[in-house]
Amino acid sequence: MEHQRDQPVTLLDVRDLQVEFHTRDGVAKAVNGVNYSVDPGETLAVLGESGSGKSVTAQAVMGILDSPPGRITGGQVLFRGEDLLTMGAETRRRIRGAKMSMIFQDALSALNPVMSVGAQLAEMYEVHDGMTRKDSRAKAVQLMDRVRIPAAKDRVGDYPHQFSGGMRQRIMIAMALALEPDLVIADEPTTALDVTVQAQVMDLLAELQREYNMGLILITHDLGVVADVADKIAVMYAGRIVETAPVHELYAAPAHPYTRGLLDSIPRLDQKGRQLYAIKGLPPNLTAIPPGCPFNPRCPMAQDICRTDRPPLFAVAHGRASACHFWKETLDER
Amino acid sequence: MGRYVIRRLLQMIPVFIGSTFLIFFMVYALGDPVAALFGDKAPDPATAARIRKELYLDEPLWKQYLHYMGQILTGDFGTAFNGQKVTELMASAFPVTLRLTLVALLFEVVVGIVLGVLSGLRRGRSVDTTVLLLTLIVVSIPTFVSGYVLQFLIGVKWGAVTPAVSPYAPFDELILPGVVLALTSLAYVTRLTRTTIAENSRADYIRTAVAKGLPRHRVVTRHLLRNSLIPVVTFIGTDVGALMGGAIVTERIFNIHGVGYQLYQGILRQNSPTVVGFVTILVIVFLLANLLVDLLYAVLDPRIRYA
Repeated sequence: MEHQRDQPVTLLDVRDLQVEFHTRDGVAKAVNGVNYSVDPGETLAVLGESGSGKSVTAQAVMGILDSPPGRITGGQVLFRGEDLLTMGAETRRRIRGAKMSMIFQDALSALNPVMSVGAQLAEMYEVHDGMTRKDSRAKAVQLMDRVRIPAAKDRVGDYPHQFSGGMRQRIMIAMALALEPDLVIADEPTTALDVTVQAQVMDLLAELQREYNMGLILITHDLGVVADVADKIAVMYAGRIVETAPVHELYAAPAHPYTRGLLDSIPRLDQKGRQLYAIKGLPPNLTAIPPGCPFNPRCPMAQDICRTDRPPLFAVAHGRASACHFWKETLDER
Repeated sequence: MGRYVIRRLLQMIPVFIGSTFLIFFMVYALGDPVAALFGDKAPDPATAARIRKELYLDEPLWKQYLHYMGQILTGDFGTAFNGQKVTELMASAFPVTLRLTLVALLFEVVVGIVLGVLSGLRRGRSVDTTVLLLTLIVVSIPTFVSGYVLQFLIGVKWGAVTPAVSPYAPFDELILPGVVLALTSLAYVTRLTRTTIAENSRADYIRTAVAKGLPRHRVVTRHLLRNSLIPVVTFIGTDVGALMGGAIVTERIFNIHGVGYQLYQGILRQNSPTVVGFVTILVIVFLLANLLVDLLYAVLDPRIRYA
């Protein structure tokens, strides 16, 4: 993607990020040159199947990649114009949690089981703001109120297992938003929840995002969640972005066969009784990504060129790009 | 919680009765205590019969047991063959063993946990491999070997400590015996800590702690250690009982007049009142240590609730 240096710096600008995992079976190329950017108040949805590299990219941005075996082998992660990857560890730690924070999928395992939620929330203020224990506890109660946990004052000393799934996820959100960060990465924040609770949690997150004007990266494989809250979408496949577009344009007319496959595999009421579409085959093994377009073995439109030439991201329209040799044909098919 | 403790204490009664009866039976099976009283000489039949009658030894085993238990409940553990009250022997032996256990426990906890944490955090590196190898060696060497070797090297050859402990067994003389006593448990504590640290350091909540921007020392002490030490504390708790009773070999090597020494002497001389009395107390210590561990478990892990 093009970057314009004279424009005001974007909040987060990921450039040509590459991450490898050293496994027993060889080197798995989990992220292969990912580019994306987020502005304040903007929501970017990163969409993809398991193993598409969407979470690994986020972990690399946050600086919580398990290494070893994971290793960032190239690229830049510019946060307000500064490269996080070349920054000193201590400087980066101060940014983590305070300026950019992360919401994890399963709050039950992501919260410390033997520490009260109040202590886990208060810790943010103690470590980053040097607040006393008493003051930070009061702030923790405020936070719990803020994410609408009933009787916050009485529950501040409770442990994660004493809360319901939805309440736990609210605590995760409270923890991520404690210091009003500029950027929040939410890694499948509602996947572990009941459908009814999903909507509540998503609404809360969207509301708080508007209020604090945060940039939000929403990692998900749920196209339903994306449509309501995201401004733009990046679809990932085999460690690459295969399509980026403003959310409504992508839904109206995808420019990549993979995106179209994803959209077609959503169950719809008007197609009741008909067999649901499924993309054939499996995502590629990351230790042996096929030459050419990584999607070619599963693509209904694949031609010879797809098996030999790796498609770059073609500019489709303003703010839209697709990594498909036949993006025009894909667009027209709709 | 209170009801749980009461239930556990009540459950101890059958365990206590069962185990003491077993000990009583085994000591009974050892042979005739009256014959042992006379040593190498053949006992005079009339005297022997009189002593038997005095000590209820002519009664059936279950009656003897009931009589013994009745006496224990009034605090009378009987008299050893040399005329000393068994309670007196206990009063001199238990404080010594308690001191020895404390030294061993301190060593086991401090060194074991430190080594375990170090190797757990650096798993697969040279520190980890070295520690694992050392624990393997320590576990493989029996106490009577490590005890005599260390006593000879440190006590006799280099003269750094006195090789034999004086009757009152002050703390400074108990350092080497304590280390010897602790070695095997130390290896287990190290390995257990290493495993739980290595396992938990990959846990989701540790990743969360890092993502919160906490400094590394805080991630380790507040989040990792607190979760990892729960099983270690359990092990150490049950080990207190084992250390108290398992010091027979160590106490013998270093001539410490503690519980192990008295037990050894008692068994050797078929001195049944001493053996049964000491073992009975050890059973109680063991049961209480286990109850304490279970209660501690609930304190350490809020997910566990007793009702």
